[in-house]
Amino acid sequence: MKYIDEYRDKDLILKMAGLIKRSARRNYTFMEVCGGHTAAIHRFGIPSLLPENVRLISGPGCPVCVTATDYIDKAIVLAETEGSIIATFGDLMRVPGSESTLEKKRAEGADIRVIFSGLDALGIAEASPDRRVIFPGIGFETTAPGTAITLMQAKEKKLRNFFLLSAHKIMPPAIRAVIKDGMKIDGFICPGHVASITGSDAFDFIPQEHKKACVVTGFEPLDIMQALLMLINQINNEAPKIEIQYTRAVTPGGNGIAQDILGKVFVYCDAEWRGFGIIPSSGLKPGPEFEEFDAEKVFSPAVRQTSRETLCICGEILRGVKTPSDCPVFATACTPLAPEGACMVSNEGACNTFYKYRPHG
Amino acid sequence: MDEFITLNHGSGGKHSQKLIKDVFLGRFGIEEPLTDSAVLATGDSGSAWLAFTTDSYVVDPLFFPGGNIGKLAICGTINDLAVAGADPEYIAVSFIIEEGFPVADLERIAETMADEALNAGVRIVAGDTKVVGKGKCDKIFITTTGTGFLRPGREQISKGGNVREGDRLLVNGPLGNHAVAVLGARNNLSFVSGVLSDCCSLNGLIRNVLESCDEIHFMRDLTRGGLAAVLNELKDIIRKGIVINEEAVPVDESVKGLCEVLGFDPFSLANEGKILVVAGEEEYLKVLDIMLSHPAGAGSSVIGKIVRENPDHVLLNTVAGGRRIIEMPAGLQLPRIC
Repeated sequence: MKYIDEYRDKDLILKMAGLIKRSARRNYTFMEVCGGHTAAIHRFGIPSLLPENVRLISGPGCPVCVTATDYIDKAIVLAETEGSIIATFGDLMRVPGSESTLEKKRAEGADIRVIFSGLDALGIAEASPDRRVIFPGIGFETTAPGTAITLMQAKEKKLRNFFLLSAHKIMPPAIRAVIKDGMKIDGFICPGHVASITGSDAFDFIPQEHKKACVVTGFEPLDIMQALLMLINQINNEAPKIEIQYTRAVTPGGNGIAQDILGKVFVYCDAEWRGFGIIPSSGLKPGPEFEEFDAEKVFSPAVRQTSRETLCICGEILRGVKTPSDCPVFATACTPLAPEGACMVSNEGACNTFYKYRPHG
Repeated sequence: MDEFITLNHGSGGKHSQKLIKDVFLGRFGIEEPLTDSAVLATGDSGSAWLAFTTDSYVVDPLFFPGGNIGKLAICGTINDLAVAGADPEYIAVSFIIEEGFPVADLERIAETMADEALNAGVRIVAGDTKVVGKGKCDKIFITTTGTGFLRPGREQISKGGNVREGDRLLVNGPLGNHAVAVLGARNNLSFVSGVLSDCCSLNGLIRNVLESCDEIHFMRDLTRGGLAAVLNELKDIIRKGIVINEEAVPVDESVKGLCEVLGFDPFSLANEGKILVVAGEEEYLKVLDIMLSHPAGAGSSVIGKIVRENPDHVLLNTVAGGRRIIEMPAGLQLPRIC
């Protein structure tokens, strides 16, 4: 497939693996921030191509995984309300709330539908004027512009029965939180798709303030291997900086149109991240002109404060402190079949990816 | 055990297996390994073997690019019999129809079923019809039950009893087309255009293979759960290692593209006209030639090998030159967010 196969060229990848092996002259720990990278790294078996002194750890960049229990509980409360339709992305279906999941609620009779884009949810709202349609909007800078457009269209169409339950988040504050956490990380594989919107400038603070290596990276195996080599070279040369490996999609300034749309529709808010707690100004919620669509504001769904007893260490995994194999319930009490934590649910969650594509040899 | 049935229990992966084991096997007294058809000894001292199978079809939408629910119901049961090494002969069919269902659609479905049975050389010999009130079922559900005899010596095929180290694994063409065609039709995904379901009867292809080759050690159709599920089932039965070469596994460009966009794994997608064949080391190239010469096997490929090492895992040599495990699919594949 064009623009895919070129970046899966085995000979080039193996050549790159040789270069990495030769260049790696100490121990290196890199965090791949984005869940898309976690999935690609394991799907292509990249750890099996790396020398032992190059270690990869997963970060907080899987939107489903960092979604707080509280948010799922709110979605469930709204799903149980008479006349509601929840129109959600598939990934959210199995994320455990404190007592149930959307998937279980659907089995019990709630009207919960899986959609492929926010606009699908809008379509459902138009087709069902006597019902209220709640769209749990989730994701980082990559998906937030799509939700923003959806709200703009809802406003234009004067829809009164469409609401956004926003869990949209932005990436840089979470990376700051990871660094503040004090984990020993030598460099970051920065999220290519987020950076295509924000521009690589959004990650300048990593080398400037924290002297860590930083490469904005694409999602194919050759991209990732090249980025690892770039990171190793930055460290060997003691010259941490932001480099763009994913030049076919990312510029320093990013996508101005998408940034404008985000600015028009959303305002920053404090947001809860699984594993981190509240990170100030790390969330996006509808701004003053779009408040009528804010499910949180309109319905104030009340959830009971319950805390579930669990041995799950998703929080520590998301912060890069631990890996799935450190978890006492990984692949035993916690499987994609019966996930204890959100990291086991999403295709891009570290635990799910480890489970599906465990590295070998 | 879960308190309620969820859609995951119907996905063909771990949830389905667990449901069957927990609820049915013990109560019915059925022994593992589970195969697509029961293979039963009949006649004096087991001189003949009968394959017996049943399957229900609930596809949405009923009509999709490349087929409809009726074609699925016939092909699916034929294929379940054929991969057990049997010659499919007789099919019984049962319909559950929702009040208000258009008779013209029912005729179209019946016509397709008759054509498919005729082409495949099987006879539809018995049936039943039930009509339920509006909303009590989704338009129409079809159950087909089939039988056929096996020639002596073929009764181990469904159980993989003769699989040995060095055996090769073959598939008869590109994976995932059925799942993608149905998904595209169900959700009106405009970017899934031109993908046809691979739904077809494979008894002709399988007959050619079995008549010319003695060393067919295992066959299974790659329906729900796809190749990943069947490889993991095979691994559990044979307790030997399996190594697959990703480069050799055929996937159409259009299907690959959709998988990239939605985060699906083509190895776990359902097929309705694809089988895995495990053939002896001496014979697999001949098997490949025979498969390639049949229209239903035009895209056949040797995808891997049975090995001694790592009997606990199905291993994949990835296109990138790395190595990882192929896990049993768990639950429905959920379209991803980003």
